Amino acid sequence: MVVTGDYASAYGALLCDVDVVAAYPITPQTLIVEEFSNFVNDGITDAELIMVESEHSAMSACIAAQACGVRTFTATSSQGLALMHEMLFIASALRLPIVMPVVNRTLAAPIGIWCEHNDSMPERDAGWLQMSCEDNQEVLDMIIMAYKIGERKDVLLPVMPCLDAFILSHTVEPVDAPSSDEVAEFLPKYNPYAELDPEKPMAIGTFTPPEYIQELRYQQHVAMERAKKAIKEVTEEFYKKFGRNYYGLVEEYRCDDADYILVTNGTVTGTAREVVDELRNKGKKVGLLKLRFYRPFPAEELRKVAENAEAIGIYDRAISYGVGGPLFIEARNALYGYTLPVYNFLAGLGGRDVTKKDVEKMFEIMMEKRKGEIYWLNTRGVKI
Amino acid sequence: MNIKDLPEESLFTPGHTACAGCAAPAIVRNMMKIFGKDTIVYTPANCLLVFSGTYPHLAWKVPYLHEAFENTAACLSGIARAYKKKGKKVIAVGFAGDGGTYDIGIQALSGAAERNEDVIYVCYDNEAYMNTGIQRSGATPYGADTTTTPAGRKILGKLEHKKDMAEIMRAHEVPYVATMSISHQKDFIEKTKKAKEISGFRYLHVLSPCPTGWRFDPSKSIEMARKAVESGMWTLYEAEYGEITNIYKPKKKIPVEEYIKGQGRFRHLTPEMIKALQDWVDRKWKKLYGELPQ
Repeated sequence: MVVTGDYASAYGALLCDVDVVAAYPITPQTLIVEEFSNFVNDGITDAELIMVESEHSAMSACIAAQACGVRTFTATSSQGLALMHEMLFIASALRLPIVMPVVNRTLAAPIGIWCEHNDSMPERDAGWLQMSCEDNQEVLDMIIMAYKIGERKDVLLPVMPCLDAFILSHTVEPVDAPSSDEVAEFLPKYNPYAELDPEKPMAIGTFTPPEYIQELRYQQHVAMERAKKAIKEVTEEFYKKFGRNYYGLVEEYRCDDADYILVTNGTVTGTAREVVDELRNKGKKVGLLKLRFYRPFPAEELRKVAENAEAIGIYDRAISYGVGGPLFIEARNALYGYTLPVYNFLAGLGGRDVTKKDVEKMFEIMMEKRKGEIYWLNTRGVKI
Repeated sequence: MNIKDLPEESLFTPGHTACAGCAAPAIVRNMMKIFGKDTIVYTPANCLLVFSGTYPHLAWKVPYLHEAFENTAACLSGIARAYKKKGKKVIAVGFAGDGGTYDIGIQALSGAAERNEDVIYVCYDNEAYMNTGIQRSGATPYGADTTTTPAGRKILGKLEHKKDMAEIMRAHEVPYVATMSISHQKDFIEKTKKAKEISGFRYLHVLSPCPTGWRFDPSKSIEMARKAVESGMWTLYEAEYGEITNIYKPKKKIPVEEYIKGQGRFRHLTPEMIKALQDWVDRKWKKLYGELPQ
């Protein structure tokens, strides 16, 4: 089928046979909610659809429904995600594997609707698995894998597949969709670890004193660590069943003998892949590391490619003011003790296009071994 | 049906840590006896959460969920829809305080009411944020001394009247709205039973005298609740789809002054302030009963 990223999200949820969807519309996520509403009203699914009055309520309802032992789905973006902030921590701490695509959109002020990662990245500490998609195929596939990863008993964490606003959400691409039977074989019916049921009463989310909470935090941390293995195993299983390989937490592209490696996430990856090919044709030893996951962070994978590299560049579409891009902060942390230069390239903030020329510039800065760490590309009045 | 006809078994057990004289456990215990074991309870952040649901002790014999403060009605929606999908009948009941209902929770409450979710929302109204130490809420009556509306040298307590929450809910034209009081147990039980039998959105609003926040002797909670009804400070009625179908009129109406005089929170009221409170009650009375109090 030829569909938008938003449609791929909604269709992914449909294939996963979700039971309850609670959502609130926000541009550019609206199509996800609309498409799912169509599935319900056309009788394609008998999922319960709750069109709540805010994103805060959407996540609240999903948490409650999932605590009752059913598979839930919602989606959001930008301000809506920020409004959910409080509830994100509750979903993960109650160990409820909810799946919620986030269409990455700039977070006001000033208000804008285009692609920026400053909505999802500040949620890195909310205890959700967080990953970015390169194309609409990955969006669809990731929704399916997200339930499989999150619902594993050694993980039990919610998952946030992220897709770039408009570049994916509203752009149609050919997408290969598996049948619902194939998905059902891959993703069995939800089997909750615990559920609210009058037959066996229990309390979820009690008021809890200091004697107990630290252990729960530790368990969440361990679960996030375990998710790394789960992701690798699930992507492998997905590859065997559906023939598309996502290589776990990262995808290496021409990294084997590369001296200069650019680390990307989201849709910029596609542009960067072309630039890498062109530079390789010119004899430059460049490579690309696509980060699929931001949480858990693929520190080992990053260290592996850094072993023989001359320099590493980190692309960011968000900024942690006064420090640098969020991925850059993570990458530098992962590369602690390494001596190679680590550059941070900030481009495309507020939704501005990131072109092949911009990516070439990133490689150029790395190959010239320029001084300095943080480069803002295409920022008017700033020379690089 | 009377209180003595209720089942012996309590789904809300003794051993909770509520303050002496707190009306909330009586409200919850009696309601739970009627709702029965196929009930899933949600509480937002409130006194009830702390005194009945502090890990590892629990006063509930039914499934119990807490998420946050402002989302009772949204969480109830999630519970009800999950069970609708599962094809099993449960009652989704939320017990929220006045702060979680009148103030921070009103958006989720209004949304769920508009969607006519199949849930029971109970507001136990102790007229301030008692869990956090007696701060004013939209339910706090005019003149009351709270820690955020203190009876100071310049301003004597709360300047605004109590928001009429039941009327707001009635305006949603939901299947059932009832106001209740622990002093009128037969009425309380009948309304609870009725709420259980109806489907769709049901809103039960119970005045919950708080000896700690209102500052009265803990043995007088029922008396306070009764005087609230007799003075018109609290009104008992039922509404179905926005129409009042039953309204309780006290045989003998007492002056507001008689209701407030036993409460420390009103001790500082001047005669003008008492009159302002009485005028408010009279206006409300006329609106509900179509006549001025005798």
